[in-house]
Amino acid sequence: MARVTFTHTIQRHVACPPAEVDGHTVREVLERVFQSNPTARPYVLDDQGAVRRHMVVFVNGRQIADRARLSDPVPADGEVCVMQALSGG
Amino acid sequence: MSARPRLFVATRKGVFTVERRKGRPGARWAITRAQFLGDNASMVLPDRRDGRVYVALGHGHFGVKMHRSPNGGRTWEPCATPTYPPKPEGVDDREPNSGRPIPWNTELVWALETGHDSEPETLWCGTLPGGLFRSRDRGGSWSLIEPLWNHPRRREWMGGGAELPGVHSICVDPRDARHVRVAVSCGGVWETRDAGASWENRTQGMRAAYMPPDRQYDPYVQDPHQMVQCRAAPDVLWVQHHNGVFHSTDGAASWHEITTVKPAVFGFAVAVHPDDPDTAWFVPGISDEHRIPVKGGVVVARTRNGGKSFQVLKQGLPQGHSYDLTYRHALDVDQTGDLLAFGTTTGALWVSENQGDSWVAVSEHLPPVYCVRFG
Repeated sequence: MARVTFTHTIQRHVACPPAEVDGHTVREVLERVFQSNPTARPYVLDDQGAVRRHMVVFVNGRQIADRARLSDPVPADGEVCVMQALSGG
Repeated sequence: MSARPRLFVATRKGVFTVERRKGRPGARWAITRAQFLGDNASMVLPDRRDGRVYVALGHGHFGVKMHRSPNGGRTWEPCATPTYPPKPEGVDDREPNSGRPIPWNTELVWALETGHDSEPETLWCGTLPGGLFRSRDRGGSWSLIEPLWNHPRRREWMGGGAELPGVHSICVDPRDARHVRVAVSCGGVWETRDAGASWENRTQGMRAAYMPPDRQYDPYVQDPHQMVQCRAAPDVLWVQHHNGVFHSTDGAASWHEITTVKPAVFGFAVAVHPDDPDTAWFVPGISDEHRIPVKGGVVVARTRNGGKSFQVLKQGLPQGHSYDLTYRHALDVDQTGDLLAFGTTTGALWVSENQGDSWVAVSEHLPPVYCVRFG
């Protein structure tokens, strides 16, 4: 299972505890998290389901390449980190 | 609804409630609440019909979010945010000036208005990049007004200072809930008479000095900065435009330019007296390339005769080395037409209790002010 963690700065707006979910891509992993925490989804993804402009997602320490479709693969024991970018403050 | 006069002030770093208290003149107005501190509040709307208050926040990282208060701002709860539908595959939707794709995403809540009195649960919301939304359940959910968003001429709307086009003014006709006019920077004035099912451009007569000579009266490129409608005489509308002031006395069927505003015709904000269509206020500045007060003095321009002449009001306002600019939603007049307030980019907030004849400072140290509303 992939482990998903969220930046502490999002916690002020919506509680996003670490989660362990199944999924082969960033899209699958994040949507599974948002299934049980739907309020968090629009904080991370925009109206089109892309990663918000000033958010960043890492898989095992590497920034994902596909911010629109979130098709980057996630290994079975992958670490997915949802962070805020330095921009956008 | 409040027994005593009250102001809501949305700023770059929070929402402030200001109330008039008993006391000596000049010390009456005080900040009584500071909420959402640190958050970018683009818009606040007190709903006089039921005492609710709505706030739109623009979190730099987490997007636009809305909150509502059931009790005049004492407590808040999250509510729905207008959301764009999925952009169809293959649609090429670009901002004409930059050529950049228009994001089908709520980038900013730029207008928020209550619906007609006969529709107590209805709200209207204008956004960047140009979508107009309506809620039928007090912000519990929102629907994009698709006939306007899908209007072929919408693709011609341009960004101005905001780089993306946006709906910033919404006037619901007090005579008819289905009759709504909106103003767009930059895309002119649009009108529906059937609750949003169909739309017509109503910008005849506006002039765009920033366009080549043969396009200056093109109704689709006009940049109204703000549009207001007189409650008692709804066929009278006023617009502070990018390069001047425009006035309509026929319900926006035609506009005529008013060139006599002193000390300058540039500005963002306009307010009209709720019962006297000939009385309106503006906060002028040196034209668009400077955007600062004329000669460093903050003033309000007032007409009492439909724009034939203007008085420059400055009693109580700073007259030297002041660089305050008032954005389009940061000037308001109350329901009596006597109380006025305006806020500025440098964090000043002034109130007048005599239609602008004199002013008192509530604060000169707020965050940049985006929206000021009595309620």
